[in-house]
Order: sequence, then C-alpha cells, then structure tokens
Amino acid sequence: MAIRERLSGNEAVATAMRQINPDVMAAFPITPSTEIPQYFSSYVANGKVDTVFVPVESEHSAMSAVIGAEAAGVRAITATSSCGMALMWELLYVASSSRLPLVMALVNRALSAPININCDHSDSMGARDAGWIQIYSENSQEAYDNMLMAYRIAEHKDVRLPVMICQDGFIISHGVENIVLLEDDIAKKFVGEYHPEEYLLNSKEPLAVGPYATAPYFMESRRAHAEALKHAKKVILDVADEFEKISGRKYGFFETYKTEDADYIMIVIGSAAGAGKDAVDILRNQGIKAGVLKIRMFRPFPAEQIAEAVKNAKVIACMDRAEGFNTNCGPIGSEVKSALYDAGIQMKVVNYVYGLGGRDVPVADLKTVFEDMVQIDKDGCTGETYRYLSVRE
Amino acid sequence: MRTDVSKQNEKVKWQDLTPGCRIAGGGTSVAFHTGEWRVNTPVIDMEKCTQCLMCAAVCPDSSIPVIDKKRGDFDYDHCKGCGICAKVCPFHAIEMKEGGK
Amino acid sequence: MAKYIYEKGVEKMKDLVEIRWHGRGGQGAKTAALLLADVAFNNGLYVQGFPEYGPERMGAPITAYNRLSRNEIRVHSNIYEPDYVVVVDEGLIESVDVTAGIHSDGAIIVNTGRGREAIAAELEKKGYEGRVYAVDARRISMEALGKYFPNSPLLAAVVKVTGVMPEEAFLEDMKKSYQHKFASKPGMIAGNIRALELALKEVGVE
Repeated sequence: MAIRERLSGNEAVATAMRQINPDVMAAFPITPSTEIPQYFSSYVANGKVDTVFVPVESEHSAMSAVIGAEAAGVRAITATSSCGMALMWELLYVASSSRLPLVMALVNRALSAPININCDHSDSMGARDAGWIQIYSENSQEAYDNMLMAYRIAEHKDVRLPVMICQDGFIISHGVENIVLLEDDIAKKFVGEYHPEEYLLNSKEPLAVGPYATAPYFMESRRAHAEALKHAKKVILDVADEFEKISGRKYGFFETYKTEDADYIMIVIGSAAGAGKDAVDILRNQGIKAGVLKIRMFRPFPAEQIAEAVKNAKVIACMDRAEGFNTNCGPIGSEVKSALYDAGIQMKVVNYVYGLGGRDVPVADLKTVFEDMVQIDKDGCTGETYRYLSVRE
Repeated sequence: MRTDVSKQNEKVKWQDLTPGCRIAGGGTSVAFHTGEWRVNTPVIDMEKCTQCLMCAAVCPDSSIPVIDKKRGDFDYDHCKGCGICAKVCPFHAIEMKEGGK
Repeated sequence: MAKYIYEKGVEKMKDLVEIRWHGRGGQGAKTAALLLADVAFNNGLYVQGFPEYGPERMGAPITAYNRLSRNEIRVHSNIYEPDYVVVVDEGLIESVDVTAGIHSDGAIIVNTGRGREAIAAELEKKGYEGRVYAVDARRISMEALGKYFPNSPLLAAVVKVTGVMPEEAFLEDMKKSYQHKFASKPGMIAGNIRALELALKEVGVE
C-alpha cells in the first residue's frame, strides 16, 4: 500500500530517483547544487541503487556527462539549481536537439545579481525555449510524482526529449510536509526499464550522434524537434492517466480550482498556487467568483486548453515569478495573451511579477490580485497591464 | 532501424530526418565522396616512390591505401587534394596537378 | 494511518495550529521545528516544518515555522499571525519582534532561566499582553543529560502548551524516535526521555 511519509521536496525527488535507479547521475556536488545529489550519493554509497555517480567539476560538465551517458545508451539524470543551470546553458540545447531523453531535477531559484539564493523562476523560465519539456510542481508530492513520470514521457518513441522537473527552491525543496509515496516495486514497474533502439555503445550496430548539420538540414531538424514537443502533449496526458491508476492522483496540463464559473482567474505556477486557492476560498465567501489555474506543463505550452479554460472569465491575472525584462510582460503573461489572441478571445489580462528572490507570497497578497481584478472589471479598464505585486514604492 | 544515408540528403523532409540527425550504421563517411571537392590532384610517380610511407601517415583523409606495407594509388573518391602528401614526400614522387581530375 | 487516535485533546486543538520559532543559527531551532513536525506527523496530522533562509550563519537570528493541521495544508507562505511563538534564545527578545502577530488566544514560550514572571514583564514592556510560558531548557537538559541540548525540553514544552497531541502519545513516539536515533548511544535515550518528562511537568505550573 501507499506509504505515508513527511519529506522535503529535495528528499521527495531523491526518493523518486532512488526508485527510478538511473544508470548514471552526474552532478556538481556543492553550491549552487541542491541536497538532491547529496541524498542520492548516499543511496549510491549504501548500495540502494546501482547508479554510477559522477561528481563533476561544473554544471557544464554535469550536463555534458549526462548527454554522453544517455547517448551511450543508458538512463542518465542530473540535478541543479539557479546559476548551476545557467552554466549548463549551451548543453541544454545539445541535449534536446540531439533528442536525448535525460531528466533534470531543477530547484527553482533566482539568478544573481544582487546575490540571492532563494526562490523564483528566472532559471527555468530563461531556458523555456531550449527545447526541453518543463513540468512544474506545487509541493513535494507533485515533485515526487512528476519525477516518477519523467522518463515515461522523455523516452516515449514519439517524444525522445529531455524533461526538466521543477520545484520551488527552499519553499518546497527545504520544507518538510506530508507526502504519499508509492511502494518501490510499484514505482519501478511504472517507470519500467530503458531499452533504446539505437545507442553509441552497441558495437554491433554503430551510431553517430550529434553531427554537423548545414543550413539545408538544420531547419528540418528544428522542425522535427518542434513536432516532438507537440507529440509530448498526448504522451504527458497518457502517462498521467496511467499514473493515476497506480497512485489515485490525477494530473493534466494544468489544475483548475473553482474556475468553471469564475469571473476572475489567477494563472500561476508552483508553490504559490496553494495560497491562491486559499485566497479564492476567502473571496468566494464574500460572493466573488474567483478561481485559480495552476500550470503544470509549461513546455510544451497548452495554449488552446488554457484559452478554453478561462474563456468565460471577465478578467484574468497572469502571475510571473520571473521578470520578463521586456517592459511588456512576463513569460506566463506572454504565453497566455498569445493563446487568447489565437483563440479569438478578447479579454482583460493583467500580469504581475511576484515572489522574486524568495519574497514571501502570503494569502493576503494574492487576495489583493483578485481585488484588483474586480476593480479592473468595474472600471472597464486594465490600467497598467504589467505590474509588480508587493513591491515597496 | 539502420539509416539509409542516401536518403538523408538535402532533399529530405523533416518527417524523414533521423531524430537529432543521428546516423545509425558504421563507416557511412565512405559513401560521402569528398573527392568532389578537389581542385588540385596528387599524382604519384611509382618510379621515384621508395615506399617510405611518409605520405600515408600524414594524409588527413585516409586516402592513401596501404596494403602489405606498400602504398597503392590514391583513393580519388575521398582525396580532397590538400597536397600534404606532396609536401612531405622526401623523393618528390608526388606532384600536384592543376584541376580536380 | 495514525498511530494514535487523539481523543483527549480534541477540544484543545484547532483545525490548524501555526507556530513560529525564533533562534540563532546553530541552536537547533530548525531541527526542533522539524522534530515537532515529525511527532505531529506520527500522530496522524498534516504537517509543515520549514526554515526561513537568511544569511545562514552561526549566531545569526533565524526563523522557522510549523503548520500542524487535521486537514491538508495548501499554503506555503511564512506565518505572520502564529498561534504560538517559541523563543529558543531569550537574548533575541531585545533585537527581534518575537511577539509580532501572535493570536490573542495564542501564547509565547520562552527558553529562559529567569522564570516566567521576568520574561512576562519584559514582553509586557514591549506591549505584549498574551500568555507567556517559560521553560528552563538549560537546567532541565543539564539535570537530565548533563549537557545542554535544548531541543527535547523545548519540544515537550511546545507539545504541552499547544496541545497538538496527547502527552502520553508524544512520549511514546519520542521514545521510539530516540531508540532509533541513539541506537549506538543508548545512554542518551533515558536522559532525553527524562528531559521531556521534566519539561512536561514544569511548563505552565508556576
């Protein structure tokens, strides 16, 4: 039966990785890395997994090593955070464009300067166009569940793409909370074994990976890569359905909370969604029809489905835990507005930057976002469309 | 599935491109005739050649076949005509002729 | 799944209890918060235990939090209106606004050797009028263990004051936890249990 536990997000992800038992883990072993490689290396040392752990000298090397391992024909995994992922930048593209189904556990933290180690989504949002699948988690449970689903999505023959499983730094990664774990054998059976059709270390059938593609090939290669992300949508839902059968927990592209009849919908990613739901309940008690849509899958982006889910609202608020630095909108604001435009929906949209560098996100602050939406509706005018939440001014 | 290299050409549609442009199968570079790039062509005078094999050692394209410790004629399908062999030959047995043929 | 069914304290515990810990880096406030989360978890509750990460240096003031609830906990923010505050280092009362936001029916628990009255007077000067509990974790720890490990007496004080679980269930659970933790140092088990018992007995009596 399912195991009732209390774990931090880092422990939860490390536990999922233990159950996955990947062949190779390469990770930079100190700051800005997370506790994930630390926990995992103890599993390696104690013989709980038969993974080869490669403590590399930089994240650039960590990503290079997992790319090499994955191309060689094994399951490879890494974990990092913040500027660690930034140092992987060049290789993120190599991993995805070489169509290598490796997995990264990312703990979302700010990018310096000023120096900051706390939560925001600048790291992964910066890498949103690197051709990876990005799945975000609200809490330890989701981080664990998403990690168990990662390889099933990545390795699917219609996908073959790397997957990034994101969780909020410190808030989730270091916060201990209740979680329900699958038993090892059930988790292992779900994840299954990896038998790639083609791999470098198959001496009987030689293979070349990562060739030079001149202009006549490069665009076709990118087009095929983009198609794989389209296929990923169906696969992500199929894998979630199968996961529900063994766990009882349901996952989709996003989670909606009281949005069906909502006039005011907040679109958010990650740990702040919970406070958003509490804010919704407070407002519902006051007779205000509020709702929350929490995005789980940001890459590929479920544009049509989100447009459909929010189309009857009067005002929506897109909550970005990363500054877009374009003076116009943040990543979620940009995607959602584009989705609405393509769906032919004209709607008032306000975009907030919030929670940067670990700024706390209490229910009271998110409540003001709904109150702002009510005001925008009343005024018939959005005013400043790109705003900061809870900033001193 | 083994990659049919002849179909991975500049006419290939994205649907038919291998994932990540990977090529399954070994020694596929043999099928790619870099000899077409040649503007100057090495020609060997076997009378002057002493079989010292300096040329074979320096050829960047493995286009000087050596069998039983003796070099044969150039592999013109792959020789790009770089001329290194002509430069190193101590006996001036290799001459670079103008033209790709 | 709960190991213990909490009957005695039902009327005492609210659906959600929020606790804020004030300590200094290296004093174990974070560990104490995680320990409390552990024992509450073992008593069938939903729990959160998390530190607020600041400069992370030995001696620097740190804050840690607990949410303990009968229901699933969704919120992941810090706690601004705690039901209870635990001050691990009384020296912090000078520099940190430890009573900020405490619920009117809540309480503050201070680790001090000066007694409840002295602390209550000091907090009153700062405008705090709520309940004050004192626990002399140093004396209890020295008496029971011969060393200063404030976590056990503090934890017991918090359990008693908050009533988040029955004391017997708490002691039973801690016994198991110590047996596991001090498997190689069995001498520590009895001392720690003694520290818990002393704190449970003393807190709130004076």
